[in-house]
Amino acid sequence: MSAETKKIGEIPSYKVTLFVRRFNPEDGQEARWEDFDVEVFGTDRVLDALHKIKWEQDGSLTFRRSCAHGVCGSDAMRINGRNRLACKTLIKDLDMSQPIYVEPIKGLAVEKDLVVDMNPFYQAYRDVKPFLIASDKPAKERLQSAEERARFDDTTKCILCAACTTSCPVFWTDGQYFGPAAIVNAHRFIFDSRDEASEVRLEILNDKEGVWRCRTTFNCTEACPRGIEVTKAIAEVKQAILVGRR
Amino acid sequence: MSTPKIHHYEYDVVIVGAGGAGMRAAIEAGPHAKTAVISKLFPTRSHTGAAQGGMAAALANVEEDSWEWHTFDTVKGGDYLVDQDAAEILAKESVQAVIDLENMGLPFNRTPEGKIDQRRFGGHTRDHGKAPVRRSCYAADRTGHMILQTLYQNCVKLGIEFYNEFYVLDLVMVGEGKNKKPSAVVAYELATGDLHVFAGKSIIFATGGFGKIFKTTSNAHTLTGDGVGIIYRKGLPLEDMEFYQFHPTGLAGLGILLSEAARGEGGILRNASGERFMERYAPTIKDLAPRDMVARAMANEVREGRGAGPNKDYVLLDLTHLPPEVIDAKLPDITEFARTYLGVEPYTEPVPVFPTAHYAMGGIPTNIKAEVLSDNNTVVPGLYAAGECACVSVHGANRLGTNSLLDINVFGKRSGIYAVEYAKTAKQVPVPANAADEVVAMIEKVRNSNGTEKVAVLRKELQDTMDKNAQVYRTEDSLNEALDKIAELRKRYENISVQDKGTRFNTDLLEAIELGFLLDLAEVLAFTARERRESRGGHFREDFETRNDKKFMVHSMAYLTDKKAKKPADNIKLDWKPVTITNYPPMERKY
Repeated sequence: MSAETKKIGEIPSYKVTLFVRRFNPEDGQEARWEDFDVEVFGTDRVLDALHKIKWEQDGSLTFRRSCAHGVCGSDAMRINGRNRLACKTLIKDLDMSQPIYVEPIKGLAVEKDLVVDMNPFYQAYRDVKPFLIASDKPAKERLQSAEERARFDDTTKCILCAACTTSCPVFWTDGQYFGPAAIVNAHRFIFDSRDEASEVRLEILNDKEGVWRCRTTFNCTEACPRGIEVTKAIAEVKQAILVGRR
Repeated sequence: MSTPKIHHYEYDVVIVGAGGAGMRAAIEAGPHAKTAVISKLFPTRSHTGAAQGGMAAALANVEEDSWEWHTFDTVKGGDYLVDQDAAEILAKESVQAVIDLENMGLPFNRTPEGKIDQRRFGGHTRDHGKAPVRRSCYAADRTGHMILQTLYQNCVKLGIEFYNEFYVLDLVMVGEGKNKKPSAVVAYELATGDLHVFAGKSIIFATGGFGKIFKTTSNAHTLTGDGVGIIYRKGLPLEDMEFYQFHPTGLAGLGILLSEAARGEGGILRNASGERFMERYAPTIKDLAPRDMVARAMANEVREGRGAGPNKDYVLLDLTHLPPEVIDAKLPDITEFARTYLGVEPYTEPVPVFPTAHYAMGGIPTNIKAEVLSDNNTVVPGLYAAGECACVSVHGANRLGTNSLLDINVFGKRSGIYAVEYAKTAKQVPVPANAADEVVAMIEKVRNSNGTEKVAVLRKELQDTMDKNAQVYRTEDSLNEALDKIAELRKRYENISVQDKGTRFNTDLLEAIELGFLLDLAEVLAFTARERRESRGGHFREDFETRNDKKFMVHSMAYLTDKKAKKPADNIKLDWKPVTITNYPPMERKY
């Protein structure tokens, strides 16, 4: 399928087949796979291919997207069985001898095509108190050493795309589990030297639906498009519950 | 014709847009007035999150600095089209704006003493242009991401009410002429196709930019200027629309932004022969000249055959002399963009870059209280605008890097404060029974369209003509070509078809509606650019290469008069508005 067909400038283009998981609540049909052939450049992203389908073949194909370069977190989807951002996945980095399979992230109800109901995910995020809690009223900035700042740097990168949470087998079977993204955002404050409420958050996550559900499968770390060491962050929260923050 | 369900709400303050400006406003308004934030995206998807380099404030944490120097740089950077009273406020209130964010939890990079660290950025200088100054407060190269997250976190803390994935498509105004007042906004809910009428005593527009009128842009797909377009369709003016910023360092061919911080940290622009060409264009501050000058210099290198690459169509951003650990600590995200999208390793290879459409200096005219103006002086009571959609004007003809994250915080906050103040005493303007009629008609017309034109094709042709004719270099002929093309596209827009006829998550329908706004705004931009027959800041006319203060030291004010007219000259009324000058008389702009 990946035969090089022509040259435009220096960028080769290819014909690829995408199998996209379709579902429309208004047409009365079950979810199904539909295939599309599209001409793409080697540098195109899966998002470009989806746009080509939507703009040239089937306007009803529905997905979320915005920034198109991996910072807004709108377009997490399951591509060839792995959670990724469509705008950060280059076609040439996939096996172009095979069709590309695109389906919604798992564990959240499908609304239409690749769009899922994100509300349970956002609720879990809000439940961990994802905001700085501090009682002091400084006249200027609070001081924080570079080392203290570095302690939680990794988890500040989260863009709430849900790639981690919806790659987690525990979350698939138990939608009540807080999930990796909420724990990452709790971690971001638990280890911030300016925050005063880490005990409250640790208490929340010491719940039966909290960090102890994590089975350390590392799916979340693999899925994170921001390179956050998610599993490590969860382990650090577990440690903090057992022996205190350090 | 199916009629959508219509829901009604009443609030004191209604904020349209949940990016930096909208959420900063909400944090001020929420605790004091019944407040709703309506956004076409989930808040943290907003494009504030893509901003990288930093936020300017004369904290003087790492070297001597003053808000007065910052004001001067802002005025000069904007090529003297800046309203100087507004620039003073921006610079003066910047310090508190940064402290506010730190106190809210924003994880700024720190100095060895634990204070907020600062770095250099284009056009920011010590003592009126003597040398670059470290004024930009930052969090790695994801300062915008941190601002957006921190503001959303604080909105969650305050329990702000959000209506996400609601597309505001109309502003309901009641009254005649100068007595017109806002009453409500009408939003389309993506999930259901239902309409929602939000009555508000104060209404704040914080809807962001419209970079999608161009092909090569750093802007998100969703930045289609809906808010600015709504204001324009109400007969309210748009100010300085010809001034659009092209950021020098977009990833070549893609337009993805590589922060000016790369040059702030020591990165150098080179042409094909490896020459540091900015030495010829801005001998004193070289690669840290303002964006308009750097973008033009790059385009000129390419035009004169000194571009790099197989097609000689870009220049190179060289970071290879920086230690990898500095790159990792200060510029991690943008170097990853180079690796991911171009397969270039910035440790060892220079990165191909070319200017990318980035930021609208112009927009909805406001005063320093963020109140929207209906002409050069008259305030529309209860209507506010802040952020990229607004024109205060603190950016004039060219915005300095790190002044936009500042703008959203200073004027976002102000809009919230003044909107609450107004709502405390104002009465709700009664919402007419037919408030949603226009949106119902628009939605049904587009949904039922079965013509022969494709929205994506028209949008691409629009973006192509804007890149070709209204970019870094402009002429009377190129702008006329753009205007003719837009007139043709408008006609063809009447004959579009939308394939998705459903009510649930109908993004096909919304893309068609968004294209309507893009066409309106592109037309205003090309028209005002044609009428400004001089070169100033981001607006460069090859047929009028110099600044003409005698004639054009004024803001343009464009009004839509007759929606049905065929030629833009017949449907846009152009007026001019004086620039507010306090301390800095116009001088030649040299760096």
